[in-house]
Amino acid sequence: MTASVFFGCTFIAFGPAIALFLFTIARDPLRVIFLIAGAFFWLCSLLLSSLVWFITVQISDKESASQQKGLLIFGVVLSVLLQETFRFGYYKLLKKANEGLLTLSAEETMPISIRQLAYVSGLGFGFMSGAFSMVNILADSIGPGTIGIHGDSQHYFLSSAFMTMAVILLHMFWGVVFFDSCEKQHWWSLAVVVISHLLVSCLTFQNPQYVGSLVPTYIIMFFMGLWAFFCAGGSLRNLKLCLTCKDKDFLLANHRPR
Amino acid sequence: MVLESSKWLMFLVCWHFKNVSCNSVAQKIYVELNNTVPCVRLLNATHQIGCQSSISGDTGVIHVLESEADLEWPLSKGPNPPYMVLLESSLFTRSIMMKMKNASSRVAGVVVVLKTSPPEFSPHTTCPNENTGVYTDTYDHNLAHCNTTVWNPQGNGLSYEEFDFPVFSLKEDNETEVIKQCYFDHNRAVNGSGLQYPLCAMQLFSHMYAVTDTATCIRRKNIDFSSSPVIVCDPLGDYNVWASIRPYNNTAFGHKENESVVIAAARLDSRSFFLQDSTGAEGSISGFVTLLAAAQALREVTQEAPPTRNILFAFFQGEVFDYIGSSRMVYDMKNDKFVIDLDNVHSILEIGQVAVRSGANLFLHSDPVSRRNYTVNNEVTNLVNNLQSSTAGLNFSLVEAGFSQPLPPSSLQRFLRARAIPGIVLADHQTAFNNRYYESFYDNAAHLNLTYPSNLSPEEQLEFVTDTAKSLTEVATAVARALYKQAGGNDAQVNNINADPKMVTQMLYGFLVRSNNSWFQAVMAPELKDFLQPNPPQYYVGVARSSHQAKALTSLVQYLLANLTGTATNLTQSQCQKPDELPNESTHMYSYLWVQGMVPPNSTQRESFCVRAAVRLAKAESPAFELEDYTSKEYSTWTESQWKFIKARIFLVASRDLEVLTLGVGVAVLFTSLLVTYFVSTKADVLFSDVREPARAAY
Repeated sequence: MTASVFFGCTFIAFGPAIALFLFTIARDPLRVIFLIAGAFFWLCSLLLSSLVWFITVQISDKESASQQKGLLIFGVVLSVLLQETFRFGYYKLLKKANEGLLTLSAEETMPISIRQLAYVSGLGFGFMSGAFSMVNILADSIGPGTIGIHGDSQHYFLSSAFMTMAVILLHMFWGVVFFDSCEKQHWWSLAVVVISHLLVSCLTFQNPQYVGSLVPTYIIMFFMGLWAFFCAGGSLRNLKLCLTCKDKDFLLANHRPR
Repeated sequence: MVLESSKWLMFLVCWHFKNVSCNSVAQKIYVELNNTVPCVRLLNATHQIGCQSSISGDTGVIHVLESEADLEWPLSKGPNPPYMVLLESSLFTRSIMMKMKNASSRVAGVVVVLKTSPPEFSPHTTCPNENTGVYTDTYDHNLAHCNTTVWNPQGNGLSYEEFDFPVFSLKEDNETEVIKQCYFDHNRAVNGSGLQYPLCAMQLFSHMYAVTDTATCIRRKNIDFSSSPVIVCDPLGDYNVWASIRPYNNTAFGHKENESVVIAAARLDSRSFFLQDSTGAEGSISGFVTLLAAAQALREVTQEAPPTRNILFAFFQGEVFDYIGSSRMVYDMKNDKFVIDLDNVHSILEIGQVAVRSGANLFLHSDPVSRRNYTVNNEVTNLVNNLQSSTAGLNFSLVEAGFSQPLPPSSLQRFLRARAIPGIVLADHQTAFNNRYYESFYDNAAHLNLTYPSNLSPEEQLEFVTDTAKSLTEVATAVARALYKQAGGNDAQVNNINADPKMVTQMLYGFLVRSNNSWFQAVMAPELKDFLQPNPPQYYVGVARSSHQAKALTSLVQYLLANLTGTATNLTQSQCQKPDELPNESTHMYSYLWVQGMVPPNSTQRESFCVRAAVRLAKAESPAFELEDYTSKEYSTWTESQWKFIKARIFLVASRDLEVLTLGVGVAVLFTSLLVTYFVSTKADVLFSDVREPARAAY
């Protein structure tokens, strides 16, 4: 659909992620490394789940459409569970790595806190997941045609872009909440993260009724965002302070350096 | 998640099933059109002709043209230029194409759907090969440039125009239905309201590399790039097929003492606006099938009672493009590169277009300028007498065309350009062509009224003798008898010479309906049987290849001529490849061809055998490329451009407003997120501070 649609969809899908990367991650090399490692872990989880799906498709009956649909649902569920498992694995790895880094470095404090790691790893998962969702579609959106000659909905490119944006942000929020619940041993909030991930994935089976999948996803994203904000140490009081520009007084009062 | 995992999984699945085209999003957008024939670019010494698309294809909103008045919509009134105009063949006329050519900023391309033939249509020029024949201003001013007789009055010259948009042709099949359905669903204005996006559009790719003229593109080919040469155009050419009654030593070139040869000539190739769709039923097939049948009719009698002179049957390729084949043979004869030279040629009889008669007469054309010479005139009169007496007992008669009339476009003109040789061209027209579809895609089996009863299988159709075949058989009989008499044969034997109607009808079936039939399979070599397809062979001469293999049509005529004039031998396959080791065989005199043979009724193995025939191939490439004179006015300089790929596809296009809106939303999202993130990251200490945290934790 030409270059305007290509750039439009790229900015919609990756805009928030690029902004976050530029302002929070790009300056600190350690964060960049952990971001890429997080992306790699997501990639491994996807590889494993697609291997399993591929084998099951080969041994199944290729002609039966209902069986293939069932296999797809199974594949999606398996993929989500594997992603969360790998997120947990990454958490364990990071805990060990952090202790090691602490012994190696000369400073007394940890160079990067677990909270920052949660955010960075979530964003890494999000980047890779977004890339896989969107790159194929972006490559086709550059050509002169748009979807529809076989009767499909025209809004495919836009909906995919918005869905990808939601999924990237969701991965980031899930990362924060997940690590926080692992730290505090709140297993029930862990389960809620997994269930919300499953819910968002299964909502996409509603496509091509894009309203049915996008609106609930955005609602879930909003609530997860709030939860992640509170897990990361935010509070309504802090928000009010920031918005009314009284933060300088607050910092002075608490003798904290800016 | 369905989107991301399914895409990755689809890739893995498709990678295993390699013949599945793998991008499922692209499959939702584009419908590829596979059965299209493009118009390509040809160049000669002075011009470029044909069609060109831009390098990334030309996209246009489809508009099905209903009449000439409807052209206003794509050319001026339509609100969504550029348009891809879809025409039916009845609207494919010069006036419509020229109007579109002049408004080419609003026309992205043209697609022609071939349906029923119009009453007449010839995209060739009115005076074919006018500058490379014998009638130049110096030869005879009155006869040059068709001043006396316009041979092709219906010619509109479309094939020789240059278009800077792509022109493709489609047949009426499922793909065309898909296009029309897409057009009716999306591109029709409903009740006077404007057209709603998305609209159905088509994209055509036919980017041609060569520009300007032959000299330019050959010069670009010769720039010395160290790694690989850049070839942008290739000369046209193929091979001529020739055979003689008495064989010649193929290694002894130049003049032969005391040899006097009668040449019987016909042309093989033809063209149409869309080059790969060339047929040429009346234009070329009628001529060369008659000559093949005459060659077969002469086989027995020339072995029992050989005539004094030799008879050489010559089938020229590339004659449509300024006489490539015949000019090359004349050049070779003049430069001692052929087995005989011009002094050995006694007379020439050429078979032109002979299938569409308007009465019971066929006409004998001769060149008035050379006949001003007394000896030449005598010889021509002698030949005319031989021809006219050969029609005794047949259902037609031969009449001389007007004395002051020049020769029609024919290979004889190239011989006359070199020397005044007595010659006659046999044709069914007295003045202008009877062929209303000269060099167009409608000159096919239907034009010759080649009809078969509907309940016959393909093999039965092969054997069915049509009326066209019967009339051509008579012509072949007359030609064979005349050639025998002209070559000084025994008059008593003349009435034994008869062409075989079964042979003629089988040849017509093979060349006009399907070449993959049992007889053609039997006469072809095993390694060339892929040349035989369920449709007729291609008659466009095509690009000269560097390998020594002739194209499908030329090979087919070579093997047929070998079958009709040669003898079957007892040699085994390995002996057939190296016959010089045997005492009585010589590859200097004959060529030895291993052919598939028939399948006997009770078995499945073919009985292949070795044919010995005095049939040879002679290179048919224009002497201009040998002499490296690319602006030659003397010889043909036609080349065909090269291209990367040619394809066509249809899809829907969205409105410009929607696209710009998407871009706007994207930019807005990006800016908003940049602002918010900046705000959050600068206030991060405050936002994410938690007084319950121990003082040591760093953020």
